[in-house]
Amino acid sequence: MERDSKLKTFVENIKFPLLAILLSFLIGALFIIWTGNNPLVAYGALLSGSLGGLDRFGQTLLKTTPLIFTGLAVSFAFRCGLFNIGAEGQYVIGALTTVAAGYIFNSIFGDLPRFIFIPLVMLAGALGGALWAAIAGFLKSKLGVHEVITTIMLNYTSIHVSNFFVRTALNPSTLEGTTQKAYTVLLPESARLTQLKEIIPWFGYSSVHTGIFIAIICAIIAYFILFKTTLGYEIRSVGQNSHAAEYGGISVSKNLVLAMIISGMFAGLAGATQVAGLNYKVDMAPISPGYGFTGIAVALVGKNHPLGVLASALLFGILSNGARRMQIEGIPKEVVGIIQGIIIIFIAGERIIKFVSEIRERRNRKCNVEGVN
Amino acid sequence: MNYVVEMKNITKVFPGVVANDNVNFSVKKGEIHVLLGENGAGKTTLMNILYGLYEPTSGEIYIKGEKVEIKNPNIAIEKGIGMVHQHFMLVEPFTVAENIILGTEPSLYGGLKLDNEKAVEEVNRISNEYGLAVDPNVKIEDISVGMQQRVEILKALYRGADILILDEPTAVLTPQEIEELGVILRNLANQGKSIILITHKLKEVMAMSDRVTVIRRGKIINTLNTKDTSGEELAELMVGRKVNLVVQKEKREAGKSVLEVKDLHALDNRGVPALKGISFEVKAGEIFALAGVDGNGQTELIEVITGLRNAIKGKVLLEGEDITRLKTRKIIEKGVGHIPEDRLKRGLILNHTIAENMILGDHHKEPFSKNGIMNYDIIHEHAKKLIEEFDVRTPSEEVNAKSLSGGNQQKVIIARELNRDPVLLIAAQPTRGLDVGAIEFVHKRLVEQRNRGKAVLLVSLELDEVMALADRIGVIYDGKLVGILSAEEATEKKLGIMMAGGKA
Repeated sequence: MERDSKLKTFVENIKFPLLAILLSFLIGALFIIWTGNNPLVAYGALLSGSLGGLDRFGQTLLKTTPLIFTGLAVSFAFRCGLFNIGAEGQYVIGALTTVAAGYIFNSIFGDLPRFIFIPLVMLAGALGGALWAAIAGFLKSKLGVHEVITTIMLNYTSIHVSNFFVRTALNPSTLEGTTQKAYTVLLPESARLTQLKEIIPWFGYSSVHTGIFIAIICAIIAYFILFKTTLGYEIRSVGQNSHAAEYGGISVSKNLVLAMIISGMFAGLAGATQVAGLNYKVDMAPISPGYGFTGIAVALVGKNHPLGVLASALLFGILSNGARRMQIEGIPKEVVGIIQGIIIIFIAGERIIKFVSEIRERRNRKCNVEGVN
Repeated sequence: MNYVVEMKNITKVFPGVVANDNVNFSVKKGEIHVLLGENGAGKTTLMNILYGLYEPTSGEIYIKGEKVEIKNPNIAIEKGIGMVHQHFMLVEPFTVAENIILGTEPSLYGGLKLDNEKAVEEVNRISNEYGLAVDPNVKIEDISVGMQQRVEILKALYRGADILILDEPTAVLTPQEIEELGVILRNLANQGKSIILITHKLKEVMAMSDRVTVIRRGKIINTLNTKDTSGEELAELMVGRKVNLVVQKEKREAGKSVLEVKDLHALDNRGVPALKGISFEVKAGEIFALAGVDGNGQTELIEVITGLRNAIKGKVLLEGEDITRLKTRKIIEKGVGHIPEDRLKRGLILNHTIAENMILGDHHKEPFSKNGIMNYDIIHEHAKKLIEEFDVRTPSEEVNAKSLSGGNQQKVIIARELNRDPVLLIAAQPTRGLDVGAIEFVHKRLVEQRNRGKAVLLVSLELDEVMALADRIGVIYDGKLVGILSAEEATEKKLGIMMAGGKA
């Protein structure tokens, strides 16, 4: 019977997102018809482009990997009642510290074995993201500065900090005496993640790397922390009702900072795996790549549940990878953006409906409670 | 047939709930008629139908013999029905006169200017007519709650109401104000007004009304003449079973001092002094009650004792040990149980399961947590045990706390706090919003705690509760203790005077 009720809550939880996704595709179809195309062709291309064959699926997983991390980052903070808009900045700093750690460890210890070197650079990326997030966490818990403001501002700061280091301390011209480049030194070979096609050749042209496994493990870790540990209990308590948490002897400020740090670690790992698995360097960039922002949508669609994040990151991966194939078929890839937008509106819409009904409920309850005195 | 209001076979269905089930209710001219029932029994729904805020699903309403359809409050007002809500609908920065005439303002120059003189004159006229003294020129924000209620009544009368509905009118009043209200209502009834009182307080029913209609779970149980019934009978009709209204309590000697508060000072959330040097002690085996009107420092006092607020001066001692600067977690571990005044804000995490709520405060300790990992099997077993022991009505320990009724939510909190076996139990408004049955349960548990030799600090706005439970009663006013009375010497009158800051 217990299993039954669990199954029921599971169905209850995914019912709405699934419906939202379905509806979004239907509305997207209208737009495709409007542009004079056949939606079946378009969606066929979308699906075959992202799932048709192991090489294409590999490419989808490649796009999914950073989104899992940033989705986890946003949802973990959200469980503590924090809106971490700054996964983007934490991603940027994480990527930067990964490259830096790669260079530093390599120059101190020479060629390290992969099973030591890879965890080291991953840790560096995670710590970079954590540090960046901790700034917002401390400002929130000590001074009450709202995290939305600080994380947005830190996003801008991060890109400038990154560009500064790319131009100076981490530039090949500084470290290797070459001419000035628009990117950092490369990550040493033995710090790089293995590409799956090296093990399974059917992945073909796809550059998907073992970062996807790290992402899945992180989702499981996030789930474990949130729902099986005392820390998770406290974080969720603070997120749901900080007054009650305080009453139960839980330190609100400590948990805010901790949740922000862990959230930043996930975002930092997004940067670390992207560097160690795909780019091997950090480029000069006028703007950041946007994984952190998409992570907000991923978290929203995944209902802030680590396992939901896995599914929704995959959905976003499918959409963004399939969009290319759709464009080849002559259908504007913006349709995918529209579908993504509509999914988010629907899911946010559910929130709005719930929010309004909760306020109404609360008001009623207040009347009842006061009425009795 | 001299009924001014007749509601026949009224049924009101909300999605999933039948709030009123084939209700028949009638009021005679010139009587005070109480509609008595527990929370959620459907009394307010019925009156909202009469006032046009809800439309009934089926049924008929007759006003003075004429069949009417009251689609909105404007029609109700037209038919001579006035309602005084629990939450006053007054514009605070406006004067009494401005509030009373609001909506039907006398004006000058064809509506360009409010005719203030005429307004004041009108208000004086009706205030004299019904013997309800008010000063028309003072602002609402400057007058007492009792006065504000009077303004609300005048507002209804000004609009020509001869059927007055008052929703829980005594909730916000001091004992003296309640008495005054009783006199006012009796005067109005003598002048031919019909008055419907919505309440769940038996004492007021007996003191104020001519007839009483008891409603339970949406159904009318009976309509009785007040003089032919008793509080016990009404309680039984209201709850549906025998209720013990008197708290059984043997005399016992108090032991050594458990809690000592010495010259405590603290600020409220706005940084204004809320505690101004309060001192008292609570001994083992006694219930020490702190009475007072809301907002006189009670909240801040409890928060300082439980470590949720910093004291700026003074000391809190628990069994002789200074706990003033300790963190909440430490204070819980020292043996302080706390039933918070606002269970929804402080006491429960509504979106957590009952099982998770039942360990709040102990969640970091064995057996619930070991090396930072929670043991949910034990947590669920623990919750099942407490649900059984404290008779929490819930389908399982896995449902969220928000799906429980108020009484059962309070049971969850009480179960959690008592299970810790605290040396000091702080109970702040422990029966707020609860129905008679649940109140009985809470009171029994508090007395039990006392009889086991524990110290209980009860903070309550309900004088009845204070007088029924306490061994000693302290009255708090403006952040200071006005005085302490023993249960024997305390009377409602004495306490009332002290609650207003006077010496008994």
